[in-house]
Amino acid sequence: MFENLSERFDRAFKVLKGQGQITEINVAETLKEVRRALLDADVNFKTAKEFTTKVKDKAIGRNVLTTVSPSQLLTKICHEELVELMGGEHEDINFKGNPGIILMSGLQGSGKTTFSGKLANWLKNKQRKNPLLVACDVYRPAAIDQLHVLGEQLGVEVFSNREEKDPVKIAQAAITYAKSNGFNVVIVDTAGRLAIDEKMMDEIAAVKQAINPTETLFVVDAMTGQDAVNTAKAFNDKINFDGVILTKLDGDTRGGAALTIKTVVDKPIKFVGTGEKMDALDIFYPSRMADRILGMGDVVSLVEKA
Amino acid sequence: EKTKKSFLSKLTRTVVGKSRVDAEVLDNLEEVLISSDVGVETTLKIIDRIEAKVAKDKYVSTEELNGILKAEIANLLEENNSSSVDGIVIPEVENTPYVIMVVGVNGVGKTTTIGKLAHQFKSMGKKVVLGASDTFRAAAVDQLIIWADRVGVPIVQQGMNADPASVAFDTLQSAKAQNADVVIIDTAGRLHNKVNLMNELSKIKNVMDKIVPGAPHEVLLVLDGSTGQNAFEQAKQFSLATDINALAITKLDGTAKGGVVIGISDQMKIPVKYIGVGEGMNDLQLFDKVEFVDSLFN
Ligand SMILES: Nc1nc2c(ncn2[C@@H]2O[C@H](COP(=O)(O)OP(=O)(O)OP(=O)(O)O)[C@@H](O)[C@H]2O)c(=O)[nH]1
Ligand SMILES: Nc1nc2c(ncn2[C@@H]2O[C@H](COP(=O)(O)OP(=O)(O)OP(=O)(O)O)[C@@H](O)[C@H]2O)c(=O)[nH]1
Ligand SMILES: [Mg+2]
Ligand SMILES: [Mg+2]
Repeated sequence: MFENLSERFDRAFKVLKGQGQITEINVAETLKEVRRALLDADVNFKTAKEFTTKVKDKAIGRNVLTTVSPSQLLTKICHEELVELMGGEHEDINFKGNPGIILMSGLQGSGKTTFSGKLANWLKNKQRKNPLLVACDVYRPAAIDQLHVLGEQLGVEVFSNREEKDPVKIAQAAITYAKSNGFNVVIVDTAGRLAIDEKMMDEIAAVKQAINPTETLFVVDAMTGQDAVNTAKAFNDKINFDGVILTKLDGDTRGGAALTIKTVVDKPIKFVGTGEKMDALDIFYPSRMADRILGMGDVVSLVEKA
Repeated sequence: EKTKKSFLSKLTRTVVGKSRVDAEVLDNLEEVLISSDVGVETTLKIIDRIEAKVAKDKYVSTEELNGILKAEIANLLEENNSSSVDGIVIPEVENTPYVIMVVGVNGVGKTTTIGKLAHQFKSMGKKVVLGASDTFRAAAVDQLIIWADRVGVPIVQQGMNADPASVAFDTLQSAKAQNADVVIIDTAGRLHNKVNLMNELSKIKNVMDKIVPGAPHEVLLVLDGSTGQNAFEQAKQFSLATDINALAITKLDGTAKGGVVIGISDQMKIPVKYIGVGEGMNDLQLFDKVEFVDSLFN
């Protein structure tokens, strides 16, 4: 889709062939390319600016090994910096409790209901848990049916109440039900909402307050553009979520929103969605995400070897 | 609000009669455009145009610069991207009914947009039939049935897991028999990099021509207004598979600006027809390019 970063670097450094050191002057053009690559990947405008400044500080004065070109070295610095920013170790979802309670949140269509199903499947088959899915989206046409269809496919029970219009009451009733029926993890699916919709944001805050989840997740579409910064911040301010789920990574988006969110709210990305099927989830690897955002092929491994 | 203030306050620093826009103004303009998802390439194009224009004409006031700026951006949007006075219309076609096929990646708002469109057409006194060709996503058919009920229009469906092309075929046959004015076909969300699913879309499209020659008359690509630069690739790939000839941008009731469509419209010459501004059946508007450009600076 886009020219990859190392190609851009090669182009930017072409005029400077033979220079053995990265200097303030010869790095400027290259940093422009870094910034552009990040913006093309949908990294937030300010985040991209800060990132390039950091990379510049790291790069200036570094001697270029004879075996490595300046462009390769810069690529490696960018990559390292990005991996560091996106957090080192994988963090698990906390589903321990009696029962463990997981609350979904996010914009319309981000993939909350699908991820609720995937998580139930993962808990059941990989963690030997007995999950209960809870339908708290009382607005979207056929939202409750959608969760029931997934539950049936997975052999996971779905708690719903089509007469009740208050998600707080549904969630509370579901937890009582889970306790007396031997379910040890409760997954609460909620309606999509805009961060600026005060009434709906109050609603999810009320659900959170009422059920005190062990884990609150923010589900976000990997194709999200510059708005990721506003949304992530607003949801975090309101419900202080514990982790992020990045969906639809089976597409060809660079997924720069991941970096934005991580930088802005500093919450770990816990899982990624990689398809519509119920087993299409993967744990999050900062290094792979860094490759993706930078649009890199094998440059990093090349430099590692050098 | 914040963007507008800071942007306009920066603009007031410019001096009367200048033949160059100062770097600060350009930096600020760049930030506004990039933050609206306009993308680097289109942003640079806009900035170049402004510079060229100002060098030639010299601007006299900030309002004037502001006007030049908005006009230049609006120029990038397709010619027929301004709302007609009549509101939403159904174009005349040789063979009726007028058939709209709605496509797009997962979760962008296809089904909801169909519900809203059906409501608009029905309010105009038109006879509308919906076709449930998303037979894949959990409860997709149920969702469209609820919309059909809500709006009060008939729907043709064969339940889940049916062949989507066969549903489209059936829908057109039924609509023709009922003398319907408009048919809207829902399709399953699919990512544009999945070759098999894109081929399936071509197949659904091609089958319709057998019942109503020339159908589908409109292939509407729905883009989520909060999507970033990936929308470009979506537009390209869906165009290749189905010759899209109209765009709808949804979820513009949020804080996202949907600026990526400026470049798409410019490069691919596809008009933006509708915008979605909410989840209710009245939350659909005709795209108005002047209003849209204004909203980038609001
Ligand atoms: N390709 C792909 N599609 C996905 C993924 N996750 C979800 N989807 C699809 O995205 C669309 C929206 O997913 P939902 O789970 O309904 O999203 P939601 O957040 O519950 O939506 P609302 O309840 O309307 O806010 C559906 O078509 C899903 O099949 C993913 O990881 N990859
Ligand atoms: N705020 C807002 N929400 C919208 C708008 N259009 C659609 N939605 C919501 O976005 C979510 C997804 O909409 P759908 O119509 O199901 O999207 P879709 O493209 O048919 O999804 P799939 O069939 O799963 O690919 C739902 O929660 C809708 O209510 C809009 O203009 N504004
Ligand atoms: Mg849902
Ligand atoms: Mg749909």
